[in-house]
Amino acid sequence: MSEIRHEILHLSNVSRHFSGLQALRDVTISVNKGEVLGLIGPNGAGKTTLVNTICGVTPASSGVVTFDGKDITRVKTYQAARLGLSRTFQIVQPFAEFTALDNVAAAALFSQPGESLRSAREEARAHLAFVGLDAQANQSAATLTLAMRKRLELAKALAMKPKLLFLDEVNAGLNSAEVERATKLIHQLAAGGITIVMIEHLMKVVLNVCTRIAVLHNGQLIADGQPRDVIKNPAVVDAYLGQQYAQRNAARG
Amino acid sequence: MTRVNLALLILIACVASLPLFGGAYALRIGTIACMYAIFALSWNIVGGFAGYPSFATAAFFGFGAYATAILLNKGVPLTVAVIGSLVMCFLLAAALGTVLLRLRGHYFAIASLSLVEVFRELVNNATDLTGGGMGLNIPLASGSGILADATFFFYAMWGLLLITAAVVMIVSASKLGFGLNCIRQNETASNMVGLNSTLYKSVAFGLSACFVGAAGGIYAAWVHYIDPSDVFDILYSVKPIVMALMGGLGSPLGVFCGAFVYLGLEEVVWRNYIQIHSGVLGVLIIMLLLFLPHGLISLRSGMFWRTAKHV
Repeated sequence: MSEIRHEILHLSNVSRHFSGLQALRDVTISVNKGEVLGLIGPNGAGKTTLVNTICGVTPASSGVVTFDGKDITRVKTYQAARLGLSRTFQIVQPFAEFTALDNVAAAALFSQPGESLRSAREEARAHLAFVGLDAQANQSAATLTLAMRKRLELAKALAMKPKLLFLDEVNAGLNSAEVERATKLIHQLAAGGITIVMIEHLMKVVLNVCTRIAVLHNGQLIADGQPRDVIKNPAVVDAYLGQQYAQRNAARG
Repeated sequence: MTRVNLALLILIACVASLPLFGGAYALRIGTIACMYAIFALSWNIVGGFAGYPSFATAAFFGFGAYATAILLNKGVPLTVAVIGSLVMCFLLAAALGTVLLRLRGHYFAIASLSLVEVFRELVNNATDLTGGGMGLNIPLASGSGILADATFFFYAMWGLLLITAAVVMIVSASKLGFGLNCIRQNETASNMVGLNSTLYKSVAFGLSACFVGAAGGIYAAWVHYIDPSDVFDILYSVKPIVMALMGGLGSPLGVFCGAFVYLGLEEVVWRNYIQIHSGVLGVLIIMLLLFLPHGLISLRSGMFWRTAKHV
């Protein structure tokens, strides 16, 4: 897929600091259309900050973010959303009192100009069906299980008709059957042509779905490339994967 | 039109028949009841729908009262003056909202409260325009007799209440209402799905101010004399919140009932316990909130329809 390189997102020398804390340091990376980029790294490496910086939640202190040819370094969160950047949250953020249906309808309603509440609800049904929540459509979001809420997040993100979708630890806290189900959904999305950037700790999932991996450590990009090259990279093994993982991996071939 | 909204409209229509039954006293109480209901319904837009506890009601009530009074003194007709105050209040509140509504929770509450003080001091010091602490006299509107005047202002306030209720209903069923509901539940997620929360909150703040301002205008014309400590009374900010809590936060029918029940309590307590009326009223309010935390509207599902909330 990477033969036809068509860049959709580009970050050049993006830094972000929170007073004394340097969360991102000169990150330069690009994402190509149709790619599934895995963003990995230890806790506190700046993965979520990177997503927040791109989405306008915590704008970059310096550097430039370009999306689909437009400079989006300083756009507000809601504007980024309307441009086609959507995300799921590591800690799920539902509208707790709304039904699952209205949660997704809200996403469709506010991200698409000229959408009416009625048509948004209709669209929402299709997205709920896609993530397998059609039976829970009229249940309030607060009553859903964690796995369901994660899928609800995904349905919300999809209702925004994203060009680029960020998945922030969609598998955290799920059991293996649930992970399998979520992985299948991600495969389906990628096959549908949505560009995906996923933050993920489960290396099995990363290696299963990602076409490329980028590694963050202390706010710096320490590796970026083909999955099988990156997991052998000594710097990555040191910073994140650990010697044990590397040995097991080597033993497996 | 939902059943609840229909019930609200029917109740408001019933209130209109008051002049058939009562004299000047009943009309005075009726006018105040309508005014309180306007406050409570307006507060519900920003406090109930969007979840921002505003204490700015008194600020816009006073602003509307003074704006109308000044316009009336310049010879502008009452209707024009009131509509002018309404528009000014909307614009002023929406503009202030873009700044104030960046604060959340308690911080927003305190900031909105300070608006009342700021406006009062501005009016106090703009002596040339407002008469300062001396207050401002307003020319009599008609002078055609006490009862005719009372009836006129009752219907003026009632008409404004009807408009307020209609706007609140339209908002609650619209994209704006849906968005405010999203903001109340989760503002971060709202921004993330493409909702311009700053704009929505400002419009909500503007709408919650404009009818209060217009009510202030009608009030000023009604009482013929206003001074800063009267119209910028902090109680005008607190009462609508109590009414909304008593009636049921977020529900237009609930807060409307809350306003009338509150005024009823206030009058009864004031008559019977003149020495300690605020104390007794306070105890009653606390009891009501303790035993009916979701307001009067929560009685509805329990008593009449018996619908289970979560199945």
